[in-house]
Amino acid sequence: MTQVETVYRDHWGRVVATLIGLLGDFDLAEEAAQEAFALAAERWPRDGAPSHPAAWLIATGRNRAIDRIRRDRTYQSKLQLLEPYAPVEDDMDETTFPDERLELLFTCCHPALSLDAQVALTLRTLGGLTTEQIARAFLVPEPTMAQRLVRAKHKIAAAGIPFRVPPPHLLPDRLSAVLATIYLIFNQGYTSGGVLADEAIRLGTALTVLMPDEPEPFGLLSLMLLQDARRDARLRDGQLVLLADQDRSLWDAGRIAAGTGALGRARAMHGRGPYVLQAEIAALHAEPERDWTRIAALYAELATLTGSPVVELNRAVAVAEAEGADAGLRIVDGLDLDGYRYLHTTRAELLRRLGRTAEARDAYLRALPLISDPPERRFVEERLAALGA
Amino acid sequence: MKYVLLIHQGTTPTPATPEEWAKLSPEEQQQVYADYQAINQTPGVTPGTGLQLPETATTVRVQDGRTLTTDGPFAETKEALGGWLVYDAEDLDAAIELASRIPAARMGGAVEIRPVAEW
Repeated sequence: MTQVETVYRDHWGRVVATLIGLLGDFDLAEEAAQEAFALAAERWPRDGAPSHPAAWLIATGRNRAIDRIRRDRTYQSKLQLLEPYAPVEDDMDETTFPDERLELLFTCCHPALSLDAQVALTLRTLGGLTTEQIARAFLVPEPTMAQRLVRAKHKIAAAGIPFRVPPPHLLPDRLSAVLATIYLIFNQGYTSGGVLADEAIRLGTALTVLMPDEPEPFGLLSLMLLQDARRDARLRDGQLVLLADQDRSLWDAGRIAAGTGALGRARAMHGRGPYVLQAEIAALHAEPERDWTRIAALYAELATLTGSPVVELNRAVAVAEAEGADAGLRIVDGLDLDGYRYLHTTRAELLRRLGRTAEARDAYLRALPLISDPPERRFVEERLAALGA
Repeated sequence: MKYVLLIHQGTTPTPATPEEWAKLSPEEQQQVYADYQAINQTPGVTPGTGLQLPETATTVRVQDGRTLTTDGPFAETKEALGGWLVYDAEDLDAAIELASRIPAARMGGAVEIRPVAEW
């Protein structure tokens, strides 16, 4: 990456957030930020980067926006908003401007926006991904994604979605919406590989910096880092590799250390929310000897918290390892998850271990039509072949 | 910002449906009245009017200069409008909070929040 690309990655979200706070207008702020980065790309390689790049970019973007506003009389009323911020360029640093990334994140993840719109808007405004990159990651045509972004920005303005961190009585709900959006971005990136997973981790890291007293952001960050550490070991020659069979030398030790560190921060705050619990489980999976009894107990705690049958299914897998396949199967057979592919693949595997081959085969056959991911399909087909056709 | 809150009763029991309404305990009935009163007295709220049942609605269209009149509401009966109010609020979060206190929202109906168009 060139210096300007690195600066873009590191500062885009901060610059756009602050400009939206100043200007009260998403489009104006984005255009101003783009102009500021373009100017940086032109000048910095020649003149050297300023000592406070983010402050320079914000001030430059703001000045560009003021020029634009002066040219455009309909924006006249916004001019007065800009007056209090007229710093002397020399003693300007990052603290000259408020960091409003958190406000922006809560605005982008407001429940009055559809989840699709939340994801797209977060990636565009905070992550600085282009519309084309976002469209490609979500397998939709670029004009569709552009339309989605326009509609979301219009709704924020027209419906009066506030640009602020929610008050304490709304915070738990709204924070979980933010966490869910970031985790969704991560999961999309995890299966499609690469840029989105990195972006989700960057957003998660920023959230821990912005909310250092909340355990759940640390839990989410830890969970993502621990899962992402195994990214390279997850596939071998396009085939899915189960955790137990993965080549541990392919695990990213730096990611695991960072993930464990983030989990430590969450524990120190006595965090016991859903993301902290999932991170605890991911950390146990990273141990050389997996403690299935503890994993099962954590899944039980998570199931109580979330009421999710998918969590129960995961508990069943842990119980099967700790107490035997029949104990796991008893839990699986009590679940109402008929349309969920992993219910059938889990049942199949437990039945196979119990020597109930015909039933195992039936269960794999029920899973197949529910699977679209090619490596996952191949995995199931291979298991079927191993059971004898 | 100014919002109109459109109240859709859905399957909510109301005094207009006496059989369903009678299934509520007197305390529950009192609570509904008290909640609407509290909402109408919230600063910024301009109470609208309750509407009679969708069965009493008449829908009018004009095609080629001819007035076409049909029985029933424009929307499906169960989605028809039951009442409305106007709320001058700080932002959408404030409007969502008020909407969530309207009894229909928790008793089988829903509240739609629409920002008022300023021309």
